[in-house]
Amino acid sequence: MDKTVNQRAWFLVLPVFLVVAFSAILPLMTVVNYSMQDTFGNNQFFWNGVGWFKELLDPSTDLGGRFLASLGRNLLFSAIILAIEVPLGIVVALSMPRQGWTVAACLVILALPLLIPWNVVGTIWQIFGRPDIGLLGYTLNGLGMDYNYVSNEFDAWATVVVMDVWHWTSLVALLCYAGLKSIPDAYYQAAQIDGASRWAVFKAIQLPKMNRVLLIAVLLRFMDSFMIYTEPFVVTGGGPGNSTTFVSIELVKIALGQFDLGKAAALSLVYNLIILIVCWIFYTVMTNAGAERPVKQGAA
Amino acid sequence: MEHIAWMAWTLPTAIFFVMLALTLGVMTWLAVAWPEAERIGVLRIPTTRGDRLFISLVLAAVIHLLWIAFAGTDPIATLPIGEGVELSSLWLATVISLLSAVAIFRSV
Repeated sequence: MDKTVNQRAWFLVLPVFLVVAFSAILPLMTVVNYSMQDTFGNNQFFWNGVGWFKELLDPSTDLGGRFLASLGRNLLFSAIILAIEVPLGIVVALSMPRQGWTVAACLVILALPLLIPWNVVGTIWQIFGRPDIGLLGYTLNGLGMDYNYVSNEFDAWATVVVMDVWHWTSLVALLCYAGLKSIPDAYYQAAQIDGASRWAVFKAIQLPKMNRVLLIAVLLRFMDSFMIYTEPFVVTGGGPGNSTTFVSIELVKIALGQFDLGKAAALSLVYNLIILIVCWIFYTVMTNAGAERPVKQGAA
Repeated sequence: MEHIAWMAWTLPTAIFFVMLALTLGVMTWLAVAWPEAERIGVLRIPTTRGDRLFISLVLAAVIHLLWIAFAGTDPIATLPIGEGVELSSLWLATVISLLSAVAIFRSV
């Protein structure tokens, strides 16, 4: 092969490794220990082997049913918000001005939702959507729609989805805008000479150039929505029933509500594994996308 | 031992983490003693030994979870130690994981 890699520099990472050991690795080891045991408090633990994992992966048990249902809801939620936020973000980025004072104004307005803390976003929408005093809820009911996110599952989902779109589309738009800004004018001039249509310019120039930022946007939005907790917790509290209970809400209920440390540890390890795998796939695709290199077989 | 009581250590999890630490130690030593270059295998992505270890470990976790979910953990044999130690079928998942790790190190 062409080059060998000297790995000695990794020793310089040692101080960070020590910090991470105390803040992440030791707690994670503890979670692994908890997942194999049962406890009734007072630091007394009883060996349970893979019992919690068995329960967690069996849909007929209470724990397994709750986990798999919340996982399904979470994946559906992520799919919906990605399907809305990514195209919407691209459209917003494309319609933003390229120069003049309006650029700064647009950027500030777009950045506003991103600066609001999660629980405040939740509170805003919780009040906004109330049928008695909220502007949105009151208006919708005034228009004859029977909107109530506390009692109707569809309304609760719609509220949580619209809230996430309101909160995070800006992020996708800003990332896409940065990608668009990096396209040199020469590309557009060449397209103009060729008489390319607006759609052709988008497909052949803008979309390929936004490829990498879009991957980052999809990764960030997927991870964030897959781990979402605060906003739906504040707005719907996971209800009505369990209809908006996502995995992290279920996890907190089990760990801190019921204080079932073993069950919660098993759930969080599987949850962690899913996130780790998805992150790794995204990261690998991102770092290898566009890096055209000759494919070499074999040779260690 | 009082000050680590909150970590709720057990012998099996301790053995697991010691083996994990040993593996990482050996990999680090290998990387220093025999620096290597990336190569491209069946996944069409450049990987180092560390990448292949990571893929093997994650795959092992997935294999064990799938085994617990679909094959169960019934005992398959009894070892003649003391009053007899029952061997869970989960060890088959461990064997499959080890074989897949060998395959990954050779071909990915």
